[in-house]
Amino acid sequence: MPSQKARQQITKMPETIQAAQEQKRRQKVYEQLVAEKKPKPPYVRNFLAAFVTGGTICLLGQGVLSFFVRRGMDNVAATAPTLTVMILLGIVLTAFGVYDELAEFAGAGAAVPITGFANTIAASAIDFKHEGWVLGMGAKMFIIAGPVIVYGVLSGVFAAFVKLITKL
Amino acid sequence: MASKKIGKATIKFTNPPVIAGTGTIVGPMEGRGPLADDFDVALPDMTCGEKTAERSERKLLEQAAQIALERSSVDKSMVDYYIAGDLLNQIISASFSARQLAIPFLGVYGACSTCAMGTALGGMILDGGFANYVLVACSSHYQAAERQFRYPIELNIKHKTTSQYTVTGAGALVLASSGEGPRVTWATTGKVIDLGVKDQCNLGAAMAPAAADTFLRHVADTGHAPDTYDLILTGDLGSLGSELFKALVKDAGCNLQGNYNDCGLMIFDTKTQRVGAGGSGCACSAVVTFGHVLKQMERGKLKKVLLIATGALLSPLSFQQGESIPGVGHAIVIER
Repeated sequence: MPSQKARQQITKMPETIQAAQEQKRRQKVYEQLVAEKKPKPPYVRNFLAAFVTGGTICLLGQGVLSFFVRRGMDNVAATAPTLTVMILLGIVLTAFGVYDELAEFAGAGAAVPITGFANTIAASAIDFKHEGWVLGMGAKMFIIAGPVIVYGVLSGVFAAFVKLITKL
Repeated sequence: MASKKIGKATIKFTNPPVIAGTGTIVGPMEGRGPLADDFDVALPDMTCGEKTAERSERKLLEQAAQIALERSSVDKSMVDYYIAGDLLNQIISASFSARQLAIPFLGVYGACSTCAMGTALGGMILDGGFANYVLVACSSHYQAAERQFRYPIELNIKHKTTSQYTVTGAGALVLASSGEGPRVTWATTGKVIDLGVKDQCNLGAAMAPAAADTFLRHVADTGHAPDTYDLILTGDLGSLGSELFKALVKDAGCNLQGNYNDCGLMIFDTKTQRVGAGGSGCACSAVVTFGHVLKQMERGKLKKVLLIATGALLSPLSFQQGESIPGVGHAIVIER
């Protein structure tokens, strides 16, 4: 905890460039003060909500997968229609304004499953449609999902590369 | 010789501008908040019947201005200047509303400090003898601000405990060079202060040092003891920011008693409404001051109020480039 004397200096600003160092020191003191006063998020509640919600979404996905398997598909063939159903579910819930509420409750539990990925695209598409079909929705639909795709592909390439080398 | 300047950055109006009338309009969340009865209009939904969030915000601003003009019985042809600002890029809400109002327009940007900044500037114009009537207004819109500063509205984001909720609404007031009513008596212009806070979800902490700086300078310049005010208000520091503000002010030897509050904490019930650390946005301090505070003055419950409206002067670009968030606080004193 910063001393009161150190904290007293916080509100005074440096008059010259030479005082930049002093400014840095004040920033440090203030940083400590903010950290000290900042309320802690309710971690246990958040972990539980994320676990239960994320788990429920995955259970639902498993149910859909089993449905397709029972209809005569094998496990690999059934993943594609399962993902399609889950993506559709994410988009529909986004369109009805439910998915962001779910995420407010569940955090990563709603963001990590593929329904959350679908939400990022649908939410951006809804948001930018007023800026036009091309420069709005078309261009900005992947504003959140884009980086996931870029770095997902990149890590895939990297992993394949490692596999190739270790095999040799 | 600057005869109206007191101390380092304070103005004492010799002919204090009169608040002839105000107009406040808010969205549905604010309409369910504890101050709901003190706003002129509380809308049932955020859209205002418009297609986009940006158009809704503009409509809010136009309507608030209209209400303020009606309340003050001033025709818009009599108004010499329209001073307005908002949060959107190139202050489109303000300039587009000026297109509708057709009053000579001065657009200002002070982020969420705009209402005090505009009122102080309007006061200077009136006290300087450059005008008889000035219309001051500002607005913000939850969805429009989210879209510009943060993420798409429907995105799966869990808000942090320090995040604040942008107030949907607009506040306007007509300042007159003479007449009856509460007056703006003092104004202290804030310096931009940056203590290195980089967290966009913790704007209260970014703005608190600026608010404390302006408050302390105001007290030093005017010689007013903090307990001479019935109410000392900060704009939108939220729960963490106002704690920090109190701590900083206390360290400087000024212990704030029960007469301190924050507009961002007053406008919502932070326990039952899901607003994080409290309200924010240009409209936050505007509707609380122009609506609630002035109504309390009318009721005789408040006589002298100090408002330090606070603004975080970041842009999405500066934030993404890793810059810290500068804050500013502008103070005005309203007396009845």
